[in-house]
Amino acid sequence: MSEMISIQNVSKWYGEFQVLTDCTTSVAKGEVVVVCGPSGSGKSTLIKCVNALEPFQKGEIIVNGTSVGNPKTNLPKLRSQVGMVFQHFELFPHLTITENLAIAQIKVLGRGRDEAEAKGLALLERVGLKAHAHKHPGQLSGGQQQRVAIARALAMDPICMLFDEPTSALDPEMINEVLDVMTELAQEGMTMMCVTHEMGFARRVADRVIFMDRGHIVEDCHKDAFFGSPRSERAQQFLSKILQH
Amino acid sequence: MDFSQIVPALPDLWEGMKLTLELLVMAVVGGIALGTVLALLRLSSNPLLSGFAKGYVNIFRSVPLLLVIIWFYLAVPMLLNWITGDFVPVGAFASCLVAFMMFEAAYYCEIVRAGIQSISRGQVNAAYALGMTYGQAMRLVILPQAFRKMMPLLLQQSIILFQDTSLVYAVGLMDFLSSARSRGDILGLPHEFLLFAGAVYFMVSFFASQMVKRLQKRLAV
Ligand SMILES: Nc1ncnc2c1ncn2[C@@H]1O[C@H](COP(=O)(O)OP(=O)(O)OP(=O)(O)O)[C@@H](O)[C@H]1O
Ligand SMILES: [Mg+2]
Repeated sequence: MSEMISIQNVSKWYGEFQVLTDCTTSVAKGEVVVVCGPSGSGKSTLIKCVNALEPFQKGEIIVNGTSVGNPKTNLPKLRSQVGMVFQHFELFPHLTITENLAIAQIKVLGRGRDEAEAKGLALLERVGLKAHAHKHPGQLSGGQQQRVAIARALAMDPICMLFDEPTSALDPEMINEVLDVMTELAQEGMTMMCVTHEMGFARRVADRVIFMDRGHIVEDCHKDAFFGSPRSERAQQFLSKILQH
Repeated sequence: MDFSQIVPALPDLWEGMKLTLELLVMAVVGGIALGTVLALLRLSSNPLLSGFAKGYVNIFRSVPLLLVIIWFYLAVPMLLNWITGDFVPVGAFASCLVAFMMFEAAYYCEIVRAGIQSISRGQVNAAYALGMTYGQAMRLVILPQAFRKMMPLLLQQSIILFQDTSLVYAVGLMDFLSSARSRGDILGLPHEFLLFAGAVYFMVSFFASQMVKRLQKRLAV
């Protein structure tokens, strides 16, 4: 399998504080990788390094053959090919759902408005929200907003998707509607790197699980190995705590 | 007190008010535009750019507006002469407009800066993650939200400017206050005309403030 995301010996500091220490892993095309770990372990930071929302000081990240850290890299172009979904949805509150879905297609990809809106509408239908196209984000529930956010990312025809705790700001009854969309996406062969604590999702959908602790990648293995017998004590503790819920 | 002479003078006073409003609108539009540019410079990671904007704001906030008006009245023609090599006559209106724009930009800058900073980092990240450039993220995502939030403050500042436009008397422009004063002097009724002018300034400012307050309540919902 060829590699979509390759992270090699990445280290990052916030001033004196080292957030990431020598992180190395990769995500193959079509693979679904779940990243988990305790709060503050650097999961969000790592995933934001992949599309250069955060700079890193050491190591290299290569996305589909392009080096993210290279100053010559056209970052907007690279990012337009990498979909990202955030914990707090981050839909644009001053725009309607239709405009949210169309704006980057028009301004970044140069698509015509009709084409962009048609594409947005088709994706909205796919996530079951076509009837809400004319509304503003504030009028939707959290779960609905997150599904729109996924559709917005998909509208750019991304080569891979990054998720940063997409369900952790949601009420429990809305989590599944978002996970269902993500599961479907994974089954269609989308390459996905997901920071999430939804271990049920990881068990069902993921190929590999990465466990992080204090800026280190502590475990990086097939999901069966991870859930069967995690090698590190930290991962064992983490799992037993999270599976109790 | 004899207020009966005010009615026949109204057309003249209206001419003055037109100048006041023209100056106001142009200064507000130009001031907000320049203030926005300054705010972006101020927030730039380049220390030279942010230092320049900081210096600009500090200087204009530390000098009296009247002085800026007089100074530009004298300096703008000289500056243009120096740049173009020709003698370009600049009216008092143009120099006042430039003075107001540049002076108010310092205040608008601080308002817009606070507005931009009030938009969460997540919104910026979302815009970038979709492939937007810095300019697109600002123009399409950050500034529209920031202006919405800051609209009451920007309008409030513009109401203050409405009152401050009366300072143009210093360079002989016939704005509303000046024309009321000169009418009053000619007719020998200075008190009546000044009282009337004061009432007009009060009414306009007061009602504009009330409208801003209502807007503020509506935006807060
Ligand atoms: N801008 C910043 N400046 C300084 N420290 C930061 C900054 N952003 C994050 N950190 C620190 O870096 C560490 C890793 O943060 P990160 O957000 O990547 O953790 P996380 O694993 O995503 O945690 P969570 O599960 O809470 O989202 C934390 O200790 C955090 O306090
Ligand atoms: Mg996080």
